Amino acid sequence: MAIEVRIPTILRTYTGGEKAVTADGASLSALIDDLEANHPGLKERLIEDGDLRRFVNVYINDEDVRFLGGLEAELSDGDQVVVLPAVAGGAR
Amino acid sequence: MLTIDRATYDAIVAHAKRDHPDEACGIVAGPAGTDRPERFVEMVNAAGSPTFYEFDSTDLLHLYKEMDANDEEPVVIYHSHTATEAYPSRTDIGLAMEPNAHYVLVSTREAGNNEGPVEFRSYRIVDGEVTEEEVTVVDELPARD
Repeated sequence: MAIEVRIPTILRTYTGGEKAVTADGASLSALIDDLEANHPGLKERLIEDGDLRRFVNVYINDEDVRFLGGLEAELSDGDQVVVLPAVAGGAR
Repeated sequence: MLTIDRATYDAIVAHAKRDHPDEACGIVAGPAGTDRPERFVEMVNAAGSPTFYEFDSTDLLHLYKEMDANDEEPVVIYHSHTATEAYPSRTDIGLAMEPNAHYVLVSTREAGNNEGPVEFRSYRIVDGEVTEEEVTVVDELPARD
């Protein structure tokens, strides 16, 4: 199974500068574990206390995974995963 | 230093004033590697808040796909503060994820929705370090090499 994962600029230090890497997993959770095995440190940037970080957006085939079950979201061969940090902030 | 053309500068200020007292946000994209803010893109503040902004997640994906297809990057990421100075808050610093971008802050605390002065300042935010930089407003960006 091969799933393309697009990596944002700020996390490319973990992928040797690569914009996209391939990984395996039947769920987003499994995919992230597989990513971690090949790109140590990446998981911690995506997950906090067992859940996706609030200000990291992950999309499967252009759909925000928060609408697909979060870490439980299912994946199939050929799916495309995009990781994008939120653009957010404010005076608060 | 941030060099920005007058029309883009005015568009950012106009957006900030229009959305006051909520925070306004957006980007100016430019060809990757050129540091030229060429394409102004207003974004919706999904938080709709006077103290917080966040690009809508679906809009964000579209924006980044579009930039990718055009070989662009976010040269400027702007937002407004509506009751405080145009300086990055702890939240701004903690959530700044584009080390190559110029983070522009506009404060509308004085002018609100009206004519009148605004603060317009620019920063680099890298690994939690804030560095203010000079802003040069030009009639038009110089021709590309």
